[in-house]
Amino acid sequence: MKNKFDPAQNYNNTLKAVGYVKRKEATQKTYTDIGFMSGLEVHQQIDTKEKLFCRCPAGCYHKNEIFDAEVIRHMRPTLSELGEYDGTALMEFRTKKEIVYRIKNETTCTYEVDDTPPFPLNREALEKAIKISHLSKLKIVGEVHITRKQYLDGSIPTGFQRTAIIGVEGEIPLKNKKIRLIQLSLEEDSCREVSDIGHTRIYKTDRLGMPLIETVTYPDMVNPDEVKEACNYIRFLNRSTGLVRVGIGAGREDVNVSCKGGTRIEIKGVAHTKWIPELTHNECFRQWALLNIKKILNERVPDPKSWKISHEFISYQTTKVKYPALKAAKANNYKVVAVNLPDFMGILSHFTQPGKVFANEFTDRLKVIACLERPNMTHSEEFVPIIAEADFEKIKKTLKASENDAQIIFWGPEADVKTALETIEERCLMAFAGVPNETRKSLDDGTNIFERVLPGADRMYPDTDSKPIPLPNDYINKLKEDLPQEVTERYHQLKKWDVPEDTYTFIFKRNHYPLIVRIINELGFDPKFVGTFFGHTLKFVEGHYKPTAKFKHTILFHLFKFVKEQNIDTRILKQMLPIVYEHPKIDFESVLASIKFKRIEKNEIVSHIPFLKNKFKTVCRKDNTEIEAKWIMGELRNTAVGNISMTELYKSIVGK
Amino acid sequence: MSEDFFQGYKGTALEMLKKFNVRVWGQAEVDTTRGAFKGTILPRSESDDDTHIVMKIPTGYNIGLDTDTITGMIETGYKKANYKIPEKEFPNTPGLPKVKLIGTGGTIASRLDYRTGAVIPAFSPGELYGAVPELADICNLTTEKVFAVFSENMGPEQYKKLAIAIGKEIENGIDGIIIGHGTDTLHYTAAALNFMVQNSPIPIVLVGSQRSSDRPSSDAALNLMHAATAAGHGDIAEVMVCMFGPTSDSYGFLHRGTRVRKMHSSYRSTFRTIGDTPLATVTREGVVPIKQIYNHRRKDRNVTILPYFEEKVGMIYYYTNMNPDMIDSMVDNGYKGIIIIGTGLGHVNKPLYPAIERATKKGVAIYMTVQTIWGYVHMFVYDTGRDLMAKGVIPAENMLPETAYIKLGWALGQTSDLEKVKEIMLTPINDEITKREPYNGYLVYQGGVPEVEAFIKKFRK
Ligand SMILES: [Zn+2]
Repeated sequence: MKNKFDPAQNYNNTLKAVGYVKRKEATQKTYTDIGFMSGLEVHQQIDTKEKLFCRCPAGCYHKNEIFDAEVIRHMRPTLSELGEYDGTALMEFRTKKEIVYRIKNETTCTYEVDDTPPFPLNREALEKAIKISHLSKLKIVGEVHITRKQYLDGSIPTGFQRTAIIGVEGEIPLKNKKIRLIQLSLEEDSCREVSDIGHTRIYKTDRLGMPLIETVTYPDMVNPDEVKEACNYIRFLNRSTGLVRVGIGAGREDVNVSCKGGTRIEIKGVAHTKWIPELTHNECFRQWALLNIKKILNERVPDPKSWKISHEFISYQTTKVKYPALKAAKANNYKVVAVNLPDFMGILSHFTQPGKVFANEFTDRLKVIACLERPNMTHSEEFVPIIAEADFEKIKKTLKASENDAQIIFWGPEADVKTALETIEERCLMAFAGVPNETRKSLDDGTNIFERVLPGADRMYPDTDSKPIPLPNDYINKLKEDLPQEVTERYHQLKKWDVPEDTYTFIFKRNHYPLIVRIINELGFDPKFVGTFFGHTLKFVEGHYKPTAKFKHTILFHLFKFVKEQNIDTRILKQMLPIVYEHPKIDFESVLASIKFKRIEKNEIVSHIPFLKNKFKTVCRKDNTEIEAKWIMGELRNTAVGNISMTELYKSIVGK
Repeated sequence: MSEDFFQGYKGTALEMLKKFNVRVWGQAEVDTTRGAFKGTILPRSESDDDTHIVMKIPTGYNIGLDTDTITGMIETGYKKANYKIPEKEFPNTPGLPKVKLIGTGGTIASRLDYRTGAVIPAFSPGELYGAVPELADICNLTTEKVFAVFSENMGPEQYKKLAIAIGKEIENGIDGIIIGHGTDTLHYTAAALNFMVQNSPIPIVLVGSQRSSDRPSSDAALNLMHAATAAGHGDIAEVMVCMFGPTSDSYGFLHRGTRVRKMHSSYRSTFRTIGDTPLATVTREGVVPIKQIYNHRRKDRNVTILPYFEEKVGMIYYYTNMNPDMIDSMVDNGYKGIIIIGTGLGHVNKPLYPAIERATKKGVAIYMTVQTIWGYVHMFVYDTGRDLMAKGVIPAENMLPETAYIKLGWALGQTSDLEKVKEIMLTPINDEITKREPYNGYLVYQGGVPEVEAFIKKFRK
């Protein structure tokens, strides 16, 4: 009797064969062995009043269902400057997507929907981008040329993004090395997606056209932690200038990863820096796994060029329809198609990412390229089979499949079947070659999925609607004058002040450093206390309270000033902050009243000590000064806070 | 001819390239006071300044380098880009209509010219098939380039050549004609062909694009497909303009060539029928008539070609405080016909009266149209109008100013007898004057009104 093929077992075996280890267990050797290489594209919105190429307001957003009009477009691939069509372009065209733009009159004019040519580039944005380029030690170009970068997914109604290089070849310092920067560009932000179902993708145009900078690094990072460190550095640098937007979506990253023998894969739109290590780790191993699949397939199939899929339509009678997705397919009158993949036995359940197998590579391509809504397929190597074994045997028979084959069964509208079949065959053929060029999307479990076919290098061409903008020496030198201190210098300063390291991320992310310095310099507070106050207390309060009105952080300066002028002990700040944060308009005296703070002379507080010492003897018989002091401090804490510092109080208790 | 190594460069930039022996399309390393830059030297647009050198850096972006900052350059390689549009043979499908695309220089499919930044048209059937393969499902296409001029340079010479070329094609048995044309003066040509090509048995469709096809969102491909459908399959045998209905990629309009006008400098849906409804809508599925009365497609080949035009015809756009010398100078320069575009119902100020009188006495044909674009000239309502008519100004009813200009040139091209000219001018050939203006001929909705907003939101623009 032959052994039955066990997909789960195969997954585990292939995971081992690939040499996958969890990130926590990985060392630099792990990454060196598989040739981990990674680079970043960090996007950051610039804070301007108006958009980059029109005079619509920047930073006004609407809910999905709020709009005044809709415009429909279909994107067609165009000839590149070399007179050829981009491969991606044709692929995207195949999907025949109808793109709908939802427009709100307040935030969108005829420029965004491509019914009028661009207006001159927003100078405010240009100057801010030049300043940030200076800080990133980039070489500033002599003349800014607006370039069109083609996007056929519809995220920009023109079908291209207007973008311009401001500086090239810079560097940023990490703890142990320097990371080289390729370039910094100024570009227009894209639409936000509302939905993407079947052949209709809906976008809204509020964010479209807002100025954005993109900082691109060389693939100098050799392990996941370096990628995160570099990303944080760039983000903090951008924020340190105070020239950029903050908040959700104002900063986004694309991460490029490759392994030895792999392909540069772009993982798009990573929203949180903290996700980067897990993502890059898994992507690198995914490529490593795909290379293993390549090896297996090429051993099995001597001539991949003649490799072909075959398919048969399956009637709903053949399979008992219990699986909800198949039921829905039946209700929609979808076609069910069985596809035979010769010699792919064991490939579909081959490990690719934690909890993911090679078969997963198909489902998102079917969704994106063939417009089949998920779930859109099942296959012969599911851990938990969806189609009963007996039924599957019948299907295999219809396909005239042999032992070593694998099968995919997909369902969808008849009109999309042809594209779906092409998509499946294409992805299989790519497996013989290794890691296909594509962009991928990050998921919050640290894995990623197919997003789009990666556009080729040919997708850039000059914008015939714009004139070049010269950047003479005196102009760019003037923009060098009031640059903020470098992030590394700030970092070292915080360290010198003995501010705990776990506060740095919060302080740089929110760009609180300038305010901290102001409080220290102008009001003379203890740097360590102020740093900790921001990095711990403020962070906690922001996470647990909601302001009733806009909370401007400059209030904190006034709060410190108040406490100093009133000669109240600084510990009171921690109690005051939640109230000040919740009610930014409240006056500080009322805050004191609401926390029942009473001004009491130090002497008066200290005068209670002898009485409490006697009392202590009645509650505790041990003669221990430490315990005694702690107990007394506990008794006096509420009256003491703000009136006498805890150290002074302690001294008063034990000192005598 | 020796090869131009320095395309578009002049002055300081040219000297610098020569000094360091660096050519356009050369890979170069450039040292500047701002640091070193690497990339391919690109041609420079001739209208740009002479103090910058353009280069494509390895990431594909273009940048400019200031000659003031350049301290040295080395050419390390050379690779000339070779532009071409994929050319595939246009497949001939038995049973599909034969359609001829006549080129005038307007762009339909195109590529970029680096030197000027301009768009170079794709034109041969093979090139067009490469760019818009869907055309092969609609018709069997052949092409002919009659001349190549920009839309703004179109004029009487071209109108006549086009009319003659159309006549020949009809005689040769074509099923439909598409004329590719720049959009700026598309409606002038449309009017001219309505007068010069009469009684056509087949559709003659003028088409252009508002967004050149070097961008993915171009309207060119869809317009071309609509035009091919209207020309090959439509029943309306007239000279029409085929352009976007709404700004969305949805349906096209077929406009009667005498009543159409470009109404927005950049919108896709810029062409509108004025004072009437469009003839029809068109999608890739076919033509759906809006107007009930039109000239139907016929089997015969009995077309009348009337390629006449008097070039000494002009237009005057009246403005407040216009001085008589404006008219005097036209008369003194030998103009035989003037279209005045007057205010309101067709008015100009009194100081012009003597000049007008002088002109008409000299035998200059003067016709009045309106700046309001919509509506008729009504010169009986006010004294001003009556005075002007007494001085020989003839109201041109609701003829559009541009159409009136074309028609007057065409009429004067045939006869100098002003009575005959008047008869030609006021006898409509294809609705350039309509007897009545339907109520839905003037629809310029204003935003902000709740019911208009509701309509726009529901029915996509
Ligand atoms: Zn705008």
